This record gives sequence, structure tokens and C-alpha cells, in this order.
Amino acid sequence: MSERHLIVGAQLPNGERLDLLLEGGRIAELGTGLDARGAERVDAEGLVVLPGLVDLHTHLREPGYEQSETVLTGTRAAAAGGFTAVFAMANTSPVADTAGVVEQELSLGRAAGYATVQPIGAVTVGLAGERLAELGAMAQSRARVRVFSDDGFCVHDPLLMRRALEYVKAFGGVIAQHAQEPRLTEGAQMNEGALSGELGLAGWPAVAEESIIARDVLLAEHVGSRLHVCHVSTAGSVEVIRWAKARGIDVTAEVTPHHLLLTEDRVASYDPRFKVNPPLRRAEDVEALRAALADGTIDIVATDHAPHPVEAKEGEWDASANGMVGLESALSVVHRTMVEPGRLDWADVARVLSQAPARIGRLAGQGGAIELDAPAELVLYDPSATGEFGLERLAGRSTNSPYLGETLPGSVRWTFHQGYATVRDGEVREAAEVAGLAAAAGSADG
Amino acid sequence: MNHLLGTRELSREQAVELLDIAEDMAAVQEREVKKLPTLRGKTVVNLFFEDSTRTRISFEAAAKRLSADVINFSAKGSSVSKGESLKDTAQTLQAMGADGVVIRHPASGAPLTLATSGWIDAGVVNAGDGTHEHPTQALLDAFTMRRRLHGAASRGRGLDGARVLIVGDVLHSRVARSNAWLLPALGAEVELVAPPTLLPVDTRRWPVTTSYDLDEALGRRPDVVMMLRIQAERMHGAFFPNSREYARTWGLDDARFDALPDTTMVMHPGPMNRGLEIAARAADSPQSTVREQVANGVSVRMAALYLLLSGERGAAA
Amino acid sequence: MARAVLTQADIQRALTRISHEILESNRGGSDLVILGIPTRGVILARRIAETIARIEPDAAPVPVGSIDVTMYRDDLSRTRTRTPQPTEVPAGGIDGRTVVLVDDVLYSGRTIRAAFDALSDLGRARAVRLAVLVDRGHREFPIRADFVGKNLPSSHDERINVRLVETDGDEGVAIETADGEGEAR
Repeated sequence: MSERHLIVGAQLPNGERLDLLLEGGRIAELGTGLDARGAERVDAEGLVVLPGLVDLHTHLREPGYEQSETVLTGTRAAAAGGFTAVFAMANTSPVADTAGVVEQELSLGRAAGYATVQPIGAVTVGLAGERLAELGAMAQSRARVRVFSDDGFCVHDPLLMRRALEYVKAFGGVIAQHAQEPRLTEGAQMNEGALSGELGLAGWPAVAEESIIARDVLLAEHVGSRLHVCHVSTAGSVEVIRWAKARGIDVTAEVTPHHLLLTEDRVASYDPRFKVNPPLRRAEDVEALRAALADGTIDIVATDHAPHPVEAKEGEWDASANGMVGLESALSVVHRTMVEPGRLDWADVARVLSQAPARIGRLAGQGGAIELDAPAELVLYDPSATGEFGLERLAGRSTNSPYLGETLPGSVRWTFHQGYATVRDGEVREAAEVAGLAAAAGSADG
Repeated sequence: MNHLLGTRELSREQAVELLDIAEDMAAVQEREVKKLPTLRGKTVVNLFFEDSTRTRISFEAAAKRLSADVINFSAKGSSVSKGESLKDTAQTLQAMGADGVVIRHPASGAPLTLATSGWIDAGVVNAGDGTHEHPTQALLDAFTMRRRLHGAASRGRGLDGARVLIVGDVLHSRVARSNAWLLPALGAEVELVAPPTLLPVDTRRWPVTTSYDLDEALGRRPDVVMMLRIQAERMHGAFFPNSREYARTWGLDDARFDALPDTTMVMHPGPMNRGLEIAARAADSPQSTVREQVANGVSVRMAALYLLLSGERGAAA
Repeated sequence: MARAVLTQADIQRALTRISHEILESNRGGSDLVILGIPTRGVILARRIAETIARIEPDAAPVPVGSIDVTMYRDDLSRTRTRTPQPTEVPAGGIDGRTVVLVDDVLYSGRTIRAAFDALSDLGRARAVRLAVLVDRGHREFPIRADFVGKNLPSSHDERINVRLVETDGDEGVAIETADGEGEAR
């Protein structure tokens, strides 16, 4: 069973309007006035077509925390947000620090069929920051791991960080650092500044992020390695990364949608939906992050999609979990913060949400140009839609979105993965249907 | 008033009204029959997630003197310490028909969460949350100052022109925060004096001034010197080298106390570390308001409970 | 719509008469304590005490004070929060004395019932009397005034507006038909 679609009149990132015929999991024809030849016709009048989005920073929670999310529900959320590939963070239980765990995740992703799941391997055993995990075994496994991260924890031991950066050069890997100096952030609850003092919440100072980034770019320079900085959140971090890039250091950086939109002022409600690590920062930081994404200092947007069950997000602030779900809202937030003010165009969006993350993560078959014979990994987005972001927009297992009740622009109408639709006219397709399509596509690949 | 969560949202008018009602309550405390029937049939729950016998018995006395039924719910040794959530606890209180909940919690913001969650209908009084606010303590401090400054003519007045020095661990002090909002609202000038490590990193938005030198600040002849408690755990957090140096530099020792005019009020929210932030001579002097603060605490908390629990719930007060 | 029923002079005449009646029933001014119920009852109580002092200039002045009943009301949960007023009991207290309670308008009797409770917490009076400027009827308790300035039969939806120079700048009593504003009393 394979699907054929004729997308009619979609606007490409470069502004061109074309028809696309999807067949056999590829873009079989590209042009104007194409003949459907029995394919399902998708009216894309007014819709923007982008390469399927790629998230370099997703928490899928399986194995171990299935009450929050599973590979199936997380990739369903990804599809709803227009993503066709997600990099799954290693802080599962057991931790993804062996070939066995990463291969299991890969298989679960393939079986679910909503998006490519590319596992990230832990840098250190059990994320404990003490000794290196089997980086080589994970790289050589079926999961072909290239991104390694202890996300949630910082690889704060400078010697261990140096060794990790050096070691992954052997297979073109990259260390994705969660930059947080642990001693400076003991008990930290929110951005340290005027507001934290007023609210009586322990501060998470910007310097705790910036000092680690500064150290790591110098280490990366020293050993000639590739460094990726997760969820950059401060203006100072931007300055450090800008300096490092000017110096020729091989560093890339990501910013989350929530750090592009939300400020620490939200914390005054003590509503744990706004509790996240790194914390929401000041308006000046938000502005610096937008400018950095616009000028390329920050390479990509990554969601840090972090599902939590209701009970972890409705009590007192100190006891609540860090994190927000973000896959379903990412494109709308980028639209609001970067496209509407004219700081990015759709080609830039394709770069920061698809092409660059795939390149940083060395993920083949994703993030390519929309051209003849390219894999049919696509999203059709309606930029003119607007409305309240409600629970019906969430497709994962958890509902800890900071945007519920907010008005956000845009709507994902169709997502195509391996040539079949995972989202049809705004509706995420049934799991069984998608699994069947995935199995068929897999055997066709054969 | 539906809740009393902090002093920051109190206007001068609201604060003066509460202090005036506290004067009425204090008058009742001086007569033979100390009890009022005002809150007969109402249930007040003291929900303490943190030990504080002093604050709890002050609220308990206040509620009982207004004829409310009091239930003490201590988190220690209860299901709360076994992981029951704030939500479950709140729903238990709701089922018990609590009209008022007095909450002490180690997490900043927990009283706001309780008041705005929709889990309970009760009026919520913040009896101290984390390092955030302790509004009834600040109100009783203001009440004590006003009485010492204006005596029987206190009613209707603020603290206009009074100069208050608050000394010590401002960073971790909910008492300091509540006073830093309340006292300026009542017209006082507030100066915070502390080692730089024990001041929040940025207090520019606070309606106060800050400095590091206690002797200079005392030389400016404040009307009130309020000493904050130094918690034992701060000794180990590298906030200052040791208690000896702290006492020498930021303690109200005998020499500093003796240099004060005998009209200067010496305040302390208690419990005191004698010999650390305050010397025994200062603590036991006639200038010390420590015992008045305890007595006034009951009057102020009666006023707060009256304002919260009389009147229709949800009606504008 | 407001209809004036008492002028300033009428009020003064009524208070003079009440003062005489109090002295007559008490057989002089000894052992009397006059307590006004805030806000306007306190002013009326002071005026009565002054009038008594003029009538009997050689006697010791009659002690006068105030008694706030807010904390004793039975309707605290039914209306918006009321701000209490000070209670000031003259030195010497009320034990063994005849207390004359003074209020501006007697209506349901609930305020006076609350005053009895408040009074009993202050001590044990030998006797309690009640003086009011206006009795408008509609009692909900078995309470009646001993001294009445003016009986003003009124309907529930009318409002008796008492204005005194000390609190309101001018003086007089008027009946207002309810216009939806203010509390009917």
C-alpha cells in the first residue's frame, strides 16, 4: 500500500508556486499543471511548502517515562507540528548510553512511522558525568549515532568534556552541551535578576551558561572538534558564540521557540507551565536571541520538547518539573517571532528548522532541498490561519504547553513522511494507519 | 479582601485599615473577656508544611479569639511528608469545609498557587512562603512601629517619615521582602544593610536603598533598627567567612547599641541568635520591641482573619 | 425622591426632650453611662451628654463613650466586609451603672441585639436603656426604644437619611424612596 499525492499550487520557500507529485516516497515530478494520474489531489492554494522539519532536541521519554510520552505519542506530536525527524535525547530510563538502547529507540520510531527517530547518545554513563559512555559502539550501531549529549545535565568536568570532544572526531560526531555550571545553579528556580529577588526564587544566573559555553568553545578550538550548544538563552551566550564563530571555531547553536517568545515575567504567576531549564530570561535576552537567529550566530531552532504529566506541573513552583512541550507549536512561534517581523523568510525557516539541524546531526534523507527525486519529506503550512492555541492542537501525551490560551499564527495542514501523509488537512492520522504505511514504505525500501 | 498573600499588592489605604482594625482587636485583648463572637461557625485550618510553633500559635490564638474553629494540619508526620501533593491536601481541606487556610510553605509562591488553583474556595493567608513573603509579620512590625511612634493617636496614620534600617540576610528573608514593600507604602524610608552576598543581585526596583556598612547606616540615625535572623545553614554557603566576622561587621553588638539614641526602636522577628546578629543587651533593652511584636502579632492576625472571613466570599471589600 | 421630615431645630428639640426623659427616668444623672453606636449614634450620645450637663450644671458630667457592634453582628457573612469603629468605654466602666445606648435609627433591632452582646462582654450593667432619634418600625426582634425622638412609619423600600453637622456638614432627617443606591435602613 503506497500513497500518491499531487500537491497543487504550493508556494516554495523561494516564493515560486509549483505543483509537486509525490510517488514512491519521492518527489516524482515538480512543475506546473501536473496531471494527477490517479494521485490524491491536495489543494495547496495559499499554503507554504517546506522541507519536513527536523528537531535536534526532543525528549521522547521512552523507555522509562511512558506516563509522559512514548516514541509513538512524541512522534505524533512531531507530525502535528510539521516535523518529519526528531533527535531523541538520551535521558531515558535506562539512559541511552549503549548500542542496545539507541537501537531500540530507532526500531520504535520506525514502527510508529510518524517521523524518523534519530537517537542521541549519552556522553557519560548514566548521564552521571563521571566516565565516557560507549560512544563508538553507539556510532557504529544500526542507529548510527552522531550527536551525543548529557542534556539535562552539563558535562561540567573540563577534562571529560575535552576527551568527549576529541573522541567523537573519529566518527564525525558532535557533543551537544547543556551549558549549566552546576555549582552556580544549585537549587536554581528561575533567571537570576531583579524579578527572582522579588519573587524569592533561587536564581539561575546567565553567567552559569555563558562561562560553560566560553570554556567549551575554547576546548573545541584547542582540540579541533565540533561543538553544538543546546538551548542558548542569554545575550551573553550569543556574544560568546559570535566571538567563537568569528575566530573560526566549529561551533553551532540552537535556540528554543519559548526562549524566542517568552520572558521571565511569566514566572510571577508561579504557574509551573513556565518553569523550564534554562529558564525564561529577560526581554533583552529574547531580543538578542532573535537577532542572533536572524544573523546566523544561532544556527537552528530546536524545541527541547519536554513532556511532563499533569501532576508534575500543577503544584508549587519549587517541586514542579522543568520543561515544556514544543513540537506542535514550534513553527507557529517561529512564524510569530521571526517571520512576522520580517527577520526570517520562509527559506530561512527551512534552513533553521530543517536543513541546518539535519546537517549538524549528520542525518541523511532529511533537510534536503525541495527538488526532483528528493525524499518526500514535506510540510504544508497555512500562514494565514490564526487562532487560540488550544488543547486540540496538542497531539502528544502531555499538555504542559506554555501557549495554551495564547493566540498564535499559522497552522500545519499536511505533513508528508516517506511519501505518505502523517497529517491530512490539519488532522493527525490514526496510529494504525500510519504504522501500516510505514511498514509498506520500509519493505519497498527493502 | 479575599486572600492575604503578600504586602506587595496592599495599598496604603488597605494597610492602614488593617492596622486600624488591629487596634480594635488589641483593645479587646486588654479587657477581661478577650473573645469576640465574630467568626463563630467558621473553620480556620493552619496548614503548616514547615515547623513554626510561634507563628502557628499566634494564628491559632487569633482565630480562637474570634470564635473560629481551628484545625492544625502539620505536614510533619502526615501524608504530606509521604508525597501527597498540595492539590490533594487542598482538596481534603475543601472537603472539610475550611473557610480560611493559613499556609506556611517552604516553596515561594505556594500560597498563590493554593489561592488561584480553583482547588478550594477558602480565603488564604500566607504565613510565610519560602524566601518570598510573610505579610502578617510585616504588618505586625508596622503596627508595632506605629504604636511606638504615635501611641493612642495611631488610628488612620501611616509611618510617614519614619526611617527604618533592616539589617542582615535580606536574600533569604521573607520578612525583609514583606517589610520592603509594606513600610514604604506606609510612607517610611527603608534602608537594607547586609553583606553583598546576602542582598539580592538586583534591588533597583525595590522602593528601598541598600548599603553594606552598618556603622555608617546607624550614623544616619534611623528611627528603627530591625535585625534579621541568620540561619545556621548560611554559615556553610560561603556567604560570609564565619559567624565571628559576621557578628563583628553586621551584628548589633553592645558598642553599636550603646551609641544609639534611646528613642531608637530595636526590632527582631524572632527567634533571635543572641550574640550573633543581636547582643543580649540590645535584645533585652526597653528599646527592644520583641515582646510587643509577639502580642501585636495576635491582634494583626485577628484583623487579617476578620477581613478575610467576614463578608461574602468573592464580594468586593 | 427625598422628603424632609426633621430639621436641625427639630433634631435639637428632640434631643433636649430625650435628655429630660433620661434624667427623669433615672431620677437624675448619677450612675449613668451614655454609649453611642457608631457612627452617628456617637455624635447623638455626646450631644445628649452635653444637654444633660446644661440641664443640671452642678452635677458631675455624665460619662459618654462609644460601643461598636460590628464584631457582634449576625449578618457578617451576608454583606460586604464592614470596617469596625473604635469602642471607647469611659473610665469606670459599666459595672453597676445604667447604660443608655444611643443610635440614630431603630429598624430591625439587629444592631441593638448585637449591642447587647457587645455590652455583656464589657461588664454587667445595672440596667440598659435605649434612645434613638428615629424609630421607623419593622422590628425583627422583641426590642423597643425607651426614648424616641420621632416615630416615622416607613415602608421597607424607603431609606431614612440622617445627616448631622459633624459627619455630613449639614443636618436633617429625610425619607428617600429607594433608587437602588445605598443600603436601606
